[in-house]
Amino acid sequence: MSAAPAISITDARFSYARKGPVVLDIPEFYVSAGERVFLKGASGSGKSTLLGLIAGIMKPDSGRIEVLGEPVSELSGGKRDAWRAERLGVIFQMFNLLPYLPAGANVMLPARFSARRNAACAQAGGAEAEARRLMTRLQLDPKRYWSSPPTELSVGQQQRVAAARALIGSPGLVLADEPTSALDADARDAFLSLLIEECAASGAALLFVSHDGTLASRFDRAIDLSELNRAGVRA
Amino acid sequence: MSRLPIFSLAWRSIANRRGTALLTILTVAIAMTLFLGVEKVRHGARASFENTISGTDLIVGARSSPVNLLLYAIFHIGDATNNITWETYQQVANAPGVAWTVPISLGDSHAGFRVVGTDNRYFEHYRYAGQSQLEFASGRPLEDMFETVIGASAARELGYSLGEEIVVAHGTGSVSFVEHDSNPFTVVGILEPTGTPVDRSVFVSLEAIEAIHLEGPTGGGTSLSEDELRAMDLSPDQITAFLVGLDSPVAALRLQRQINTYRVEPLQAIIPGVALSQLWSVVGVAERTLAAVAAFVVLMGLICILTAILTSLNERRREMAILRALGARPRHIFVLLVSESALLALAGAIIGTGLTYGLLNLGAPVLEQRYGVHLSDTLPGLYDLALIGIVTGASALLGFIPAWAAFRNSLADGMTIRT
Repeated sequence: MSAAPAISITDARFSYARKGPVVLDIPEFYVSAGERVFLKGASGSGKSTLLGLIAGIMKPDSGRIEVLGEPVSELSGGKRDAWRAERLGVIFQMFNLLPYLPAGANVMLPARFSARRNAACAQAGGAEAEARRLMTRLQLDPKRYWSSPPTELSVGQQQRVAAARALIGSPGLVLADEPTSALDADARDAFLSLLIEECAASGAALLFVSHDGTLASRFDRAIDLSELNRAGVRA
Repeated sequence: MSRLPIFSLAWRSIANRRGTALLTILTVAIAMTLFLGVEKVRHGARASFENTISGTDLIVGARSSPVNLLLYAIFHIGDATNNITWETYQQVANAPGVAWTVPISLGDSHAGFRVVGTDNRYFEHYRYAGQSQLEFASGRPLEDMFETVIGASAARELGYSLGEEIVVAHGTGSVSFVEHDSNPFTVVGILEPTGTPVDRSVFVSLEAIEAIHLEGPTGGGTSLSEDELRAMDLSPDQITAFLVGLDSPVAALRLQRQINTYRVEPLQAIIPGVALSQLWSVVGVAERTLAAVAAFVVLMGLICILTAILTSLNERRREMAILRALGARPRHIFVLLVSESALLALAGAIIGTGLTYGLLNLGAPVLEQRYGVHLSDTLPGLYDLALIGIVTGASALLGFIPAWAAFRNSLADGMTIRT
């Protein structure tokens, strides 16, 4: 793993409209390589915006954002897209999967979008072998679920497929946006354990965003977004 | 960045919405079938029109208009304004450079089918569709006075076979009040289908035409016996028109001018090809209108695709956001939607083309047998491939509209997933 920090933000400001209210104003935010960080934020506190900035889908108005040693805020749109495909794993709140691809194909998708991740898989015996391995690790028997359409999976199973997809091809950082909010307590704990375990195994840093503070104890570090963000929280 | 699976994604995405997709494809397929069908009929009609008469260098009749002469002499539509005398006919027939002539005398009918008074040179010299000659399906040419040879459609529609006795009526309407019923004709020959007005003709000899009109044009016929008639000179006084074949077609223009300026009686000679294209320029308007309507149907099919995709966009914002998060660039979203639009049109166009040619191949034997219409190309050709390409291309172009909308959505949505 590179020694570069997973995330390093300095003086980043962002507003959706040119003269609109500033949604995010973060003087400093830092996540070390391989660190697992819990970010607590109420809905509307700007956490999706922060994730969008880190993932390079949006650009800050000012300030500098470096992710995995790459100055994301300086890159062009196309370069950010390519970089995201190669280095990031993303898990959404729910309905993570492309409805028209079976579970296995969903997991393999990042390897098809990125040469680098495909190459990383090749060391482990190819994208399909790696996808099957990750599914097994996340307790989804690939023999049974490889060809299942997402509609036939439970929400918990869908989230585990999403986690496997985020982890394939050894990304340096996994962003998780409330991935457990649709799960019941048991499924949530099981999912969290598997996710943290797998991130640790692959050496990926994990930024886990949730409004549910009870999960914080499972992480290396917990931060409240309202302490981080100087911009007024939107109603 | 590696080669992107955008096309396969577009295909899977369509397959996932196969209900709507199939309906959309069906719409395009039907539009395509209609368009190609109209095109085929158009070309078929034009070809069979142009193939009506060939090998004849001049058609000569009383002076009216070229199109009028062509219509009554060849297509048997309408009537002659005047006749031409037998002497004039003989003069032209014996002119230097004239290889053959075929006299035509019109004015009678049988059950709505035109009776053509002529002689066996008609069967010998009439050509259609290039070099095709009239062939007898059964029987033989005219030999005796009250004999007749009938065209394929006349035989089929009236249910006649060899040996049938028929009565010729005066006038050319399908309902006749005066029938030459004293002198029935015997069917001695039936022609093969040609797809020309020949199929709807009843051929008798010029002498027979003369004979049945001996006792006044509107009488029941003649009471004289056949032997008495044979003893008479039944050379007609006048005929309606005649076809001319020349030793060398180059002489056609000169002879045409000579005939058109003939001083004894007002004549006109027309070159069949020239008159045919004049006539087609009139008929062609309907043909072009039909083509325009068919083209608009195809356009409607494409707009159907556009509607279907635009409608699906909102429910697919999530799909786009996931793709973006996985590293798809905005232009990939763009390509995804454009290729979806193109794929739908391509599938529709191919199915429509297949449908058209399937139907054509099923129908071709029937058309050939019953109407003598020969469809030359029953396999898709370059034209059809080009058409499929154009439809697909146009659809891809229309796909820019939803693609642009999705592109803007995906920029605005960012990582946020909207439901």
